[in-house]
Amino acid sequence: MSGSRTTSAHRGLRQPNRRELTAALALSAFGLGGLALSPALPGAALAQTPDRIVVAGGVITEVIYALGLQNRIVGIDSTSQFPPEALKQKANVGYVRALSAEGVLSLKPSLIMLIDGAGPPDAVSLLTESGVKIARIADGLTPEGVTAKIAAIGAAIGAGAPAERLAAQTKARFDELATLRSGIAKKKRVLFLLSLQNGRAMVGGRNSSADGIIALAGGINAADAIEGYKPMTDEAIAAAAPDMVLMMRNSSAHNVTPDELFAMPAFSQVPAASNKRLVHMDGLYLLGFGPRTPMAARDLMAAIHPEASIPPLKTAAAP
Amino acid sequence: MATTTLTTLIAGRRRTGLLAVVGLTLACLLLTIVAVGQGAISIAPGRVAEILMARLTGDTSLLEGRDVLVVLNIRLPRVLLGLLVGAGLAVSGALMQGLFRNPLADPGLVGVSSGAGLAAAATIVLGDRFLAGTMMKLPFAALPVGAFCGGLITTLALYLIATRGGRTSVATMLLAGVALGAMAGALTGLLSFISDDRQLRDLTFWSLGSLGGASWTKLSVVAPIIVPLLLLMPLLARGLNGLMLGEAEAYHLGIPVQRIKALAILLVALAVGASVASAGMVGFVGIVVPHLIRLSVGPDHRLLLPLSALGGAMLLVGADIVARLVVVPAELPIGIVTATIGAPFFLWLLLRRTSLIDV
Repeated sequence: MSGSRTTSAHRGLRQPNRRELTAALALSAFGLGGLALSPALPGAALAQTPDRIVVAGGVITEVIYALGLQNRIVGIDSTSQFPPEALKQKANVGYVRALSAEGVLSLKPSLIMLIDGAGPPDAVSLLTESGVKIARIADGLTPEGVTAKIAAIGAAIGAGAPAERLAAQTKARFDELATLRSGIAKKKRVLFLLSLQNGRAMVGGRNSSADGIIALAGGINAADAIEGYKPMTDEAIAAAAPDMVLMMRNSSAHNVTPDELFAMPAFSQVPAASNKRLVHMDGLYLLGFGPRTPMAARDLMAAIHPEASIPPLKTAAAP
Repeated sequence: MATTTLTTLIAGRRRTGLLAVVGLTLACLLLTIVAVGQGAISIAPGRVAEILMARLTGDTSLLEGRDVLVVLNIRLPRVLLGLLVGAGLAVSGALMQGLFRNPLADPGLVGVSSGAGLAAAATIVLGDRFLAGTMMKLPFAALPVGAFCGGLITTLALYLIATRGGRTSVATMLLAGVALGAMAGALTGLLSFISDDRQLRDLTFWSLGSLGGASWTKLSVVAPIIVPLLLLMPLLARGLNGLMLGEAEAYHLGIPVQRIKALAILLVALAVGASVASAGMVGFVGIVVPHLIRLSVGPDHRLLLPLSALGGAMLLVGADIVARLVVVPAELPIGIVTATIGAPFFLWLLLRRTSLIDV
């Protein structure tokens, strides 16, 4: 009491402050006690529904938003660009392969979800050391890969049942897409052009995500002689004879116009040049390999066959 | 009369130098404390001090919780790695500039960086294919070990090329270094050509450098390589001062020129190799810091070397504070920060030099 009297003489506001401090200390002690206890509880309900999730991998963010569980996310990486509000609402922990261990931990996550290839390994090992639960999600560029991914994400965040429903719905859409695909009489050749810097064509070859979506859309990758995303020579482009050129839509700067593209010597003689078949699509929608992929493949299929009037997926009701 | 002025001048320089040593040491210490105290997770200074004291006294009762992991396993190794790498790179730069008698020499000139870069690219791109089994067991060791060996092998090759009959020609070494650098650059380009999207991104981030992922294990490997350089540098100072007069003159002054050259190249190769292996390519520290020090205290290597070490340590730890606080909770590659500071300075230095030559 005597101590508090001297301080209150010193400054009138002292007394309530001290009480607050005591309350705060008691609360932190309580919280710390809770923290210390929680790992000891076997199969505690808390551990099942992590409510502070840090995500590294755009497709994981997309799935969690699709499940309506975005309130549990506290941080995302810079590849999480769908839905667009994600990057506005959540803290950005940087590029998926250049995470900062302390940065991620500063968000006090209860679960860290890492897509295949998230890193760097040093940061991941520090995160592992920190004892926070980590879920690693395998990536996949096939219908099976996408549904397995959705199920795995759901299992990790304790939303197994709704995720299974989303996976089943996605599978149904893939099946419907397969039916559409089987109706295509003659497959067309599609060239995916990643960039056209300085007139140098960077194309999507075998085992690239572009290759995956072209196959799903029932096209033939015109650049399948190349592995991954690589520059392709003008002659090889002419020899690849694409019926259509596919590019990502540029969000800020200007897009390459059909006139510009087919004026280039490499493209002037290919079949696509005859009716200037250059299609721009949203890059993330096209190459994301998440729940929207069947629809993206359907849209690409319609773009490849403008004459065939490909119907929209019946199961793709707007959310 | 003239002699007295000269003596006063030298005494003055020495006093400035001593002041600089004391001043920079204190500043470096202060910056270290700031660096350990700051980060994405805000921890009260009192708590940081408490954790550090508890660690020193071995009092394990206070060493619980995430704060402790952050301070002891993330920040402290990171700051210490920054101090070591910064000091190592800056001293290496000062040694190279003295050895080549060229103020624009950079630790990369002896081939360490290009060789290490090539080896790192090879580990990133080919590692998945050829090291699959080993990579599973040593996923974190393959890249640094590869980079370190690559740097050393290139330097050794360069040294052998430039040495005839027990004499090393620094001019040959410089030119051969350019050639080997170009070759390593071309091979790195070839590797980035055959790499996939993911590997290419890894290469990019690695080449921009980062102190992230520092750990006690990493430190325990890097420290025994860089600390000896820092301890042995006084032995080289007198020799490098003599070399400023020219090789023949230095030889006649009784300086073991060949031994100085070999030792300096060995130490630089080891220190730069260890730095590159642990923090990636961090540009400009090696070239900027020695210049800054030379401008303020003069070219005497007895001061230049230790002050460069302190300056380099400060630059890197300072740059790292910026790198990890600017875009919290993400983190910038440190090479971006050092080069943003370093490049304009370097330009300014060049402009100054040209005007001196032209007038």
